Amino acid sequence: MELLQFAQRNYSLLLRALSEHIQMVLISLILSILLAGLLTIVAMFFKRIGTLITHLFSIVYSVPSIALFALMIPMLGIGRNTAITVLVLYNQFILLRNFITGLNEVDPAIVEAATGMGMTRTQLIFKVRVPLSLKPIFVGMRLALISTIAVAVIAAFIGAGGIGLLVTIGLETGNNNRVLWGVILSAVLGIVVNATLVFIEKKIN
Amino acid sequence: MSKNTPVAIEYQNVHKRFGGANCNAVDGVDLSINEGEFITILGSSGSGKTTLLKMTNRLLDPDSGNIVLFGENIRDVSPVQVRRRIGYVIQQVGLMPHMTVAQNIAIVPKLLRWDKKRIDSRVNELTALVGLEPSEFLIRYPAQLSGGQQQRIGLARALAVDPKIMLLDEPFGAIDAINRLNLQDELKRIHGGLKKTFLFVTHDINEALKLGTRVIVMNEGKVCQFDTPRNIVKNPADGFVESLIHSCREQEKFWEGLI
Repeated sequence: MELLQFAQRNYSLLLRALSEHIQMVLISLILSILLAGLLTIVAMFFKRIGTLITHLFSIVYSVPSIALFALMIPMLGIGRNTAITVLVLYNQFILLRNFITGLNEVDPAIVEAATGMGMTRTQLIFKVRVPLSLKPIFVGMRLALISTIAVAVIAAFIGAGGIGLLVTIGLETGNNNRVLWGVILSAVLGIVVNATLVFIEKKIN
Repeated sequence: MSKNTPVAIEYQNVHKRFGGANCNAVDGVDLSINEGEFITILGSSGSGKTTLLKMTNRLLDPDSGNIVLFGENIRDVSPVQVRRRIGYVIQQVGLMPHMTVAQNIAIVPKLLRWDKKRIDSRVNELTALVGLEPSEFLIRYPAQLSGGQQQRIGLARALAVDPKIMLLDEPFGAIDAINRLNLQDELKRIHGGLKKTFLFVTHDINEALKLGTRVIVMNEGKVCQFDTPRNIVKNPADGFVESLIHSCREQEKFWEGLI
């Protein structure tokens, strides 16, 4: 009951946290996809560089997110832009792994036929590989989005705002309701977004 | 063949070895093929027949030697240009599952930026040529076709921009016996009407002798014999060709034993 009363009294605060969070997540996701798309194309032309990039980002991915945020502060300072940078870096491994594997796993017979017909490497990527890997590409984006929603909560530690701010301020001031609402909002957001995207994925198939 | 028939394909001492292998996949192939011939390449797996075929449209490049198409050394032409001039059909067909039959056939014409009218009429013409009813099949997706129908479309797609040379890599290898016979007959008919040069790889001696105006028999990367089916059967050039024909004869005896 107390929890509901808190929400009633502070709903504008909660809404602002939620909208800040969604904004940060969407910006990060769009930038992540753009960067990963670019790197994937590079990887399709230069296999070695692709492997190297993927390894590099797997190392980044294995660093705990809170440590990564802390690492960035000396270089970029605190605030939302630093948070977005970290989220974008963090997403690369998830996206690249799905994009590159997806594009490489297209039926070799189809690739051979397309090459034999005289498609250039670029045409092969955009006319054959991409349309035939929409599923893994979409799965990668979904996983990145879910991960970003969760990791962005931690970004409040470096002053990025969003849902995480409810948790950090709540903890500092001993306001359990505030902390709980932060947890609830991030969990619900993650679950709802995931369920929606899984539903869309099934529809597409 | 008359002396005036131009040479379509010329292999000049072609060698190819794959990394890690200790013998040549193609070992000094040296022969020429005239325009309009239907050449079958017969050999068991590992004989180098597919490698030879793939070097013809630069899916592979020889380590040494030259391949000359209508007087032009293909080393001097970009792989993409070479391939767009040559039809290519493979056993697994490789139709694009996300495209309709019509879109599949139209791939190369579109790459060459033909206008839509020309593409549409060509697609219709080709579908009919390979024995399918355009109004019924053009809107279908590959998954809605039988194996034989898929390969007919594969053939139509390869013929799309009217290439002078067609490369066919065991195109009927995965098709049941009855349909294969039909497709062989139709391929022969199509070849007869088009005056194109066909290069057809197979490991089936019956198919090779039935379809080829001349047959290249390959073993361990080398050409054992290159002659008409009649001459090959009459005068096998070496022990390998002899054993091939012998195996065929044995099969005949087996059949006769059943009757």
